[in-house]
Amino acid sequence: MIASPIIECRKVNKFYGSYHALIDVDESIERGEVVVVCGPSGSGKSTLIRTINRLESIDSGQILLDGQDIHRPGIELDRFRSGIGFVFQQFNLFPHLSVIDNCTLAPMHLRGLTPAQAKDAAMVLLERVGLADKANAYPAQLSGGQQQRVAIARALAMQPPLMLFDEPTSALDPEMVGEVLLVIRDLAHKGMTLVVVTHEMGFAREVADRILFMDHGVVLERAKPDDFFNRPQHPRAQQFLSDIRSPFA
Amino acid sequence: MIDIIDTYWLYFLVGQYPDGPLGGLVLTILLGFAALMLALPLGIALGLARVSERRWLQWPVTALVYIVRGTPLLMVIFWAYFFLPSVTGHKTGQFATMLTALVIFNGMYIAEIVRAGIQGIPKGQMECARSLGLSYSKAMRYVVLPQAARNMLPSFVNQFVTTLKETSLGYIIGLAEVSFVANQINTLLLTRPVAVFSTLALAYFILCFGLSRVAYFLEVRRNRQAT
Repeated sequence: MIASPIIECRKVNKFYGSYHALIDVDESIERGEVVVVCGPSGSGKSTLIRTINRLESIDSGQILLDGQDIHRPGIELDRFRSGIGFVFQQFNLFPHLSVIDNCTLAPMHLRGLTPAQAKDAAMVLLERVGLADKANAYPAQLSGGQQQRVAIARALAMQPPLMLFDEPTSALDPEMVGEVLLVIRDLAHKGMTLVVVTHEMGFAREVADRILFMDHGVVLERAKPDDFFNRPQHPRAQQFLSDIRSPFA
Repeated sequence: MIDIIDTYWLYFLVGQYPDGPLGGLVLTILLGFAALMLALPLGIALGLARVSERRWLQWPVTALVYIVRGTPLLMVIFWAYFFLPSVTGHKTGQFATMLTALVIFNGMYIAEIVRAGIQGIPKGQMECARSLGLSYSKAMRYVVLPQAARNMLPSFVNQFVTTLKETSLGYIIGLAEVSFVANQINTLLLTRPVAVFSTLALAYFILCFGLSRVAYFLEVRRNRQAT
């Protein structure tokens, strides 16, 4: 038996008014796969991953998570979402809660853990992202990189089989990008299924199993990193790769 | 002024009580606080309806809020005074009438404070809470409202002070609250309006200023906790 993909997009279309943001996107993501989505601004890559946990609605097509259509009306949306970790560009930590409380809120209410169990589990995750010593700090006391690592720990606390990252390092100062990417790479090495929208091409080259290149709502190229960076097929991808090379290099 | 206070302080404070119904300053405070305590849950419920994505809930409440906010309190009191008996079927007391009017009127203002407070929290907070799998109501309760409440506190206190002052309109329907009592005293004395109404003004000022100071103290303490 062939393992079914964890996510399957079938002819997904999304409009913002008259703007066609996603055009007939067909894509499968396999269990354990690390997929990096890249492309110019406004290409639909953030929209695509936001539709995967229904932060955005779609206008036609299907998105199957473990074979279940998550855009079907009447579905237990909250249960599905709790199985998809989502990391935002702007971290979105809850500012009125301490780091540890940020990480225990959802597990306590949704996984039925006692406060002590949730706290123990969260401490393990904070240890993993290197912030166990900040457990009692508040988000405002942390740097951007630290906040994003807490956001990753918070998402992991729901033990999702799948994690989505929407430009996780785009709002960070340059010296903090590395610490966040290292945490994501660590997850990739542990065999988690990851979909990462990012402009960090070095990260994509090293960590991704597969790269999706999007422009104007269409997936133009799907390739292994080596092929994508060294032998891009689509002219738009070739253009993109030459544009992002520093003019000073 | 001292002699007036000396003679009439008890009447000023409690009206004809215990020989008649409770009145005076105590009634004013009682009415104000009862109105707050009832208007607050009403306002929170209406405020939540105002930001709801369910149109059947949002539209009628929005209409109601706009209508009442576009109406002077005096008119709401008249409505309560003349319509409440015909709706309930029996005569409503002055206190209950005034309380109803104040709760409805202030509930609408509190609803707008709650709406603004919720909408002032970045959209990402709700989005993120939902992405973790929390339901709308849990996300609202544990993530959005606690943050919004901090921002709403000063406006709440403002509204509380306003409510306390609005109780004076009970005068219109013959409720023996402190303004009514002061006017009675003035009628008895005939020649001392300045002294009588200065005392009344002072009483309101002490109440409202005191409340503002409590709010200020709470705000300072809150800001200290936040950092």
